[in-house]
Amino acid sequence: MIVRFFHQMGSPRYFYGVAGKMIPWFMVGFLVTLLLGIYYGLFVAPADYQQGESYRIMYIHVPAAWMSMFIYVVMAVSGLISLVWRIKMTEVMVISSATVGASFTFLALATGSLWGKPMWGTWWVWDARLTAELLLLFLYLGIIALHSAIEDKRVAARAVSILALVGVVNIPIIHYSVEWWNTLHQPASVTKLGKPSMDMSMLAPLLIMAISFKLYYGAVVLMRARAEIVERERNSRWVMEMVEQEAK
Amino acid sequence: MSTLSLTSAFTLLLKRDLVLAYRRRAEMVNPMLFFVLVTAMFPLGIGNDPKLIEAVGPGVVWVAALLAALLSLDSMFRSDFDDGSLEQFMLSAHPVSILVLAKVLAHWLVTGLPLFVVAPLLAVLLNVPSSAIPTLMLTLVLGTPVLSLIGSVGVALTVGLRRGGVILSLLVLPLYVPVLIFATDAVKTAIVGIPTTAQLSILSAMLVGSLVLAPMATAASLRISLS
Repeated sequence: MIVRFFHQMGSPRYFYGVAGKMIPWFMVGFLVTLLLGIYYGLFVAPADYQQGESYRIMYIHVPAAWMSMFIYVVMAVSGLISLVWRIKMTEVMVISSATVGASFTFLALATGSLWGKPMWGTWWVWDARLTAELLLLFLYLGIIALHSAIEDKRVAARAVSILALVGVVNIPIIHYSVEWWNTLHQPASVTKLGKPSMDMSMLAPLLIMAISFKLYYGAVVLMRARAEIVERERNSRWVMEMVEQEAK
Repeated sequence: MSTLSLTSAFTLLLKRDLVLAYRRRAEMVNPMLFFVLVTAMFPLGIGNDPKLIEAVGPGVVWVAALLAALLSLDSMFRSDFDDGSLEQFMLSAHPVSILVLAKVLAHWLVTGLPLFVVAPLLAVLLNVPSSAIPTLMLTLVLGTPVLSLIGSVGVALTVGLRRGGVILSLLVLPLYVPVLIFATDAVKTAIVGIPTTAQLSILSAMLVGSLVLAPMATAASLRISLS
């Protein structure tokens, strides 16, 4: 059963169809959780006793930073799968994820510096976490550049997979940077297992936003994957038939 | 057909690359000259205040070493790729990762070691206290092989591209950063007079890690580039 599912998902045509059906669900889920998260985050959650109202940018900043790492791990895992089992669809996932991941990384950096200005009095400091996140952005950009430089897209996907796997050493460094080095960036207040040092009224909107961002990633990555599939399979019969039907 | 043992294949390849490099001695000098020139640009750019130069000295030496390593990377597989011998290595009965290791070692001996020779001179020029120079040398010995090893993965990925140079730096530089951070931190710590065992241990760990893992990634990348 499960084997059959994976086998089917490995076929570009089947994947294309399933992804097309899944995108609306992801989109609806994303919009609902986004509205909920923004409402609770901006209007319901109390102001921070130390940072006042400006801490609310956290509801974008923190989920974006989580996503930047999460997407990289997704990319590296699909890269490993595509190198080992040569599954076409994971190759597509690697490169479709890279652009979304780069955007989230940029968003995390931009919101972080906006948050840093009122709190730390500076847009940017060269502390461990900020530098590591910037490196992550460069890793994403390198992956995108390498992919666009290689003509044959299947070769490009495998080259990019190797690069993604080599770069994965950076992820634990980002994650633990605030614990290993005592720097300006505040330590994590959510991921402490058991007892988060944040009140539920502030934490709940953050988690809703995190779910929302994940759903957004799901929707966008599937859209990009579909576009990539059509481009790769443009000479196969089902794509041609589909295009002909669209044209009618 | 006589079979060649892995050790002799390794040494033969190493010897071949060293002989090839020795026949083009001028090219060996270039990274070294580049290293010296880049270092000389910094005092011109930031002003000749001795205190300022002393503060940035270790960083400047390391950044220059990093750029010199980066610039010389492209030659690692280039000529072998052009004349087809790289494909013969792929076809050989020996594990490609070991052959890659021989090539990386030869490349490091040719381009990395000369940096090591001029580094103390540059350190003196940049007012790095003489007590910290042994640490600087130690970080270079531990760090530059890591640069060559990580770089080999990037070169292997871009060797088939016509304009791989810029992309190569984009791929490799982010991966060089940890080496840069710990190496310069070690030198700065040594200037203050605090033991640098921690940073040197981490650098050694990076060396060992990349020594084991990088050749495998390079071999896989070469296979992709040649496919």
